[in-house]
Amino acid sequence: MNEADVPVASPEMFTLHVNGRASEVRDSWSGESLLYVLRERLGLLGSKGACEQGECGSCSVLVDGALVCGCLVLAASAVGAEIVTIEGIAPVGAPTDVQQAFVDAGAVQCGFCTPGLIMAAHSLLAANAEPTELQIREELSGNVCRCTGYGRIIEAVQRVAVQRRGDSSPGEQL
Amino acid sequence: MSVIDRLSTGVLPGRLGDSAVRPDGIAKVQGTFAFAGDLSAENVLWGATLRSPHPSARIVRIDVSGAWAIAGVEAVITAADVPGAATYGLISRDQPVFADHVVRYVGEPVAAVAADHPETCRRALAAIVVDYEVTAPLVDPERAIDGSHPDIHPDGNVIRHQRIVCGDPDATAAVVVEGHYEIGMQDQAFLGLEAALAIPDPGGAGIELFVATQWLHEDRHQIAACLALPEDRVRLTLGGVGGAFGAREDISLQVHTCLLALRTGRPVRIAYSREESFLGHVHRHPARIWMRHHADADGGLVKIEARFVLDGGAYASTSSAVLINAVTHTQGPYRCANAVVEGWAVRTNNLPCGAMRGFGVVQACFAHEGQMDRLAAACGLDPVEIRLRNAMVTGDRLITGQPIENVAPVERCIRETAALPLPDEPIGGRDGDPMRLPGGAGRTALPANIRRGIGWGVSIKNLMYSEGFDDYSTARCTLSDGVASLKFATSEVGQGFVTLAAQIARSVLGVDEVVLEPIDTAIGSAGSTSASRQTWMSGGAVDGACRLVRERLFQHIAAERGIEPLRLVIDGRDVVDTIDQSRVPVVDAAAGLIFTETFEHHHLPTGELDENGQGNCHTAFAFVAHRAVVDVDVELGLVKVVQIATAQDVGRALNPLSVLGQIEGGIAQGVGLAVMEEIIQIDGRVRNANFTDYLLPTMLDMPDVVVSLIEEPDPMAPLGAKGVGEPPCISSTPAVVAAIRDAIGRDLTRVPVRPADICL
Repeated sequence: MNEADVPVASPEMFTLHVNGRASEVRDSWSGESLLYVLRERLGLLGSKGACEQGECGSCSVLVDGALVCGCLVLAASAVGAEIVTIEGIAPVGAPTDVQQAFVDAGAVQCGFCTPGLIMAAHSLLAANAEPTELQIREELSGNVCRCTGYGRIIEAVQRVAVQRRGDSSPGEQL
Repeated sequence: MSVIDRLSTGVLPGRLGDSAVRPDGIAKVQGTFAFAGDLSAENVLWGATLRSPHPSARIVRIDVSGAWAIAGVEAVITAADVPGAATYGLISRDQPVFADHVVRYVGEPVAAVAADHPETCRRALAAIVVDYEVTAPLVDPERAIDGSHPDIHPDGNVIRHQRIVCGDPDATAAVVVEGHYEIGMQDQAFLGLEAALAIPDPGGAGIELFVATQWLHEDRHQIAACLALPEDRVRLTLGGVGGAFGAREDISLQVHTCLLALRTGRPVRIAYSREESFLGHVHRHPARIWMRHHADADGGLVKIEARFVLDGGAYASTSSAVLINAVTHTQGPYRCANAVVEGWAVRTNNLPCGAMRGFGVVQACFAHEGQMDRLAAACGLDPVEIRLRNAMVTGDRLITGQPIENVAPVERCIRETAALPLPDEPIGGRDGDPMRLPGGAGRTALPANIRRGIGWGVSIKNLMYSEGFDDYSTARCTLSDGVASLKFATSEVGQGFVTLAAQIARSVLGVDEVVLEPIDTAIGSAGSTSASRQTWMSGGAVDGACRLVRERLFQHIAAERGIEPLRLVIDGRDVVDTIDQSRVPVVDAAAGLIFTETFEHHHLPTGELDENGQGNCHTAFAFVAHRAVVDVDVELGLVKVVQIATAQDVGRALNPLSVLGQIEGGIAQGVGLAVMEEIIQIDGRVRNANFTDYLLPTMLDMPDVVVSLIEEPDPMAPLGAKGVGEPPCISSTPAVVAAIRDAIGRDLTRVPVRPADICL
């Protein structure tokens, strides 16, 4: 056996800017994904891994404002970028309108896809305040949910769009 | 009544019948809910599993020295390191913890390691040398039946054979139709990958396991035997479960994780990758089914003949029970007096198969619904009319002789589905957006090549376990100072039992605050979260425990007042004296008091099937109808499922929002099986063990779903409610395929329907 067989920790620590804070990453092997470092080195367990190849969206985070799959980004390549995870969306116990709508509309079952979908839904609504149903389907089609069949997720996003434009007449609230 | 009318929550927080929201919902949307894969511990090691690359081989030699030589490796174990039972299994213990001398499928565990980092584990596994002598795999189930391949397991190549003979086996009638049907191997594809954390007791005297599973007590039973520990030294706690759908009913990583922890004396966590998950859990049985239906000229069923062959893969798992479900549901939700059915569940060197949502009935339904459409065509009847003419009612018998004693609103399911509106948009939608066409974002479709079709599927599904098994459930209720606490071992896998349990306690006891205690083995078994059974079984257990506590409370109040306890009832949040109409809030009446009661709910006993398949082997039944609308690109073979309409027999919707979620989610899996989901194996090797090549329905693939709930409370059900989880994924699949047939005029007999089946 030779030394190349052993994961080698980076000679220097690096710093990631996550949820507005500088976080030092120590002893990281340079092959670790952003998802792995967020979860296992920084203790940010809200981002989930389900496919490890960018198909399911469970690990969705924002890197410099862009919605990406954390499993496809090398952690060391995210140095200098502003990273936002599900933990940075809202303080614990103070859910955003999107988060509350997911709960109220029945968009959550097992919940494993949910943090990624929350990230994607926020990203969608920030770019398009009044998405059509087809736009919601297209924009969120990178996030797989195996439990819900998506109907209540679409409903949750539509509720938020309605609420945000201040038109909350009961007829549109179900 | 449309379910959409019932989605707002009631005035009181979360009583029965309300669309109460999940108690774990906020934690899940904020990312703070702890799934099994999120759990860790001080000084923890990672575990990983070495798996067979061959479907069939003898192990000549295993050399683990290379793994031990890697810094950071703390344990390397093989079959020689299993202290107790060498094998496990849900029904028969035929599956080795680690392969010993023989491997029988690609992915079979051969060794495991524990190390300081997942990458160290990966390299340690790569450093283990296994010399295999490859043998010819058995991959054709027919060769397991005809005896032309040597036994691949000491238990033989036939896991179970069951015959059903009902009425006059020689009966025939004016119209005879037959067909061969094939169902591909579907994966449960839950998102939360298999994960567990094992923490050994000092000195290895016991172990604590946090795991995502469907049945804590059965896991414990099998784990303890393999570890050679008494069951009370093996304590299981439910780790957060990211979906299950049957795939967590069998042991996967449980024993390996515990063995590594006991060997190292340190906590060990294992988390499967997606590829490993495809190899590491059981799947839906691929099936080949032949059916011949005999009917009179008016379409009335006279006799059904059928032959089922289910490929169980290398180990038995629940194959024998899946087979019984398949053959006993041959007729579907239709009366038929005569039948001859042969069913085989066999062993091959393919991936092991076991439980998946629908459990044998998915396979049977695809065939019997194909047959009903053939029969309709042969009799010149509409697909709806042929089903209405044969629809079962309460009191009709299965071909096993078992009478249907449940509410059986088959006709109503069909009629209410038919009454739901068809899509009001033309092909491609009013806006003409090509995203709505088959092929979607590929924008490949020429509208002139698109054909629309409509198809039907109707089904019957058994609820709870069968063949004499007493799958009871246990719950404890404590009322302390006006707050109810509930304790049960019911696996919450996403279905929402935690929501329902609190609704039951609030309704029975009139309290608002309900505390749910940890879900673990510190109380009796709840049985498995499967077979659409937890609302009925664990719901019945929680209801029973709460009623016992309420009785104690009433006795206490009555004694204080010197009245009969029977005068007291709960109304909303109050205890009401029905004689003098006085009311006192439950929180006041229960102040300073503590009552605790435990209740076991058992369903009525069931029996075995005899050699002719006769016997009352099932507990209860639910029914559903599906109508599918599809658009098909006949040139490219692509399908867009536009709409599924469904009316489902739910007994009573205890939480309409949860019921809707089960219906929509089940339909998504039924649509997936119809047009995209299949594990491809060639010569026993899986070719698509990942989410790039195993296709799951996305939000763009999912049709609109319109739902009507048939609420006829079932007197046999503790709360009037039937299980709702499985029916949505059973007849939605044949409905979609029937719609494709209707669109293109081809005789499609295999799922998933592939583009080549449509356009070549």
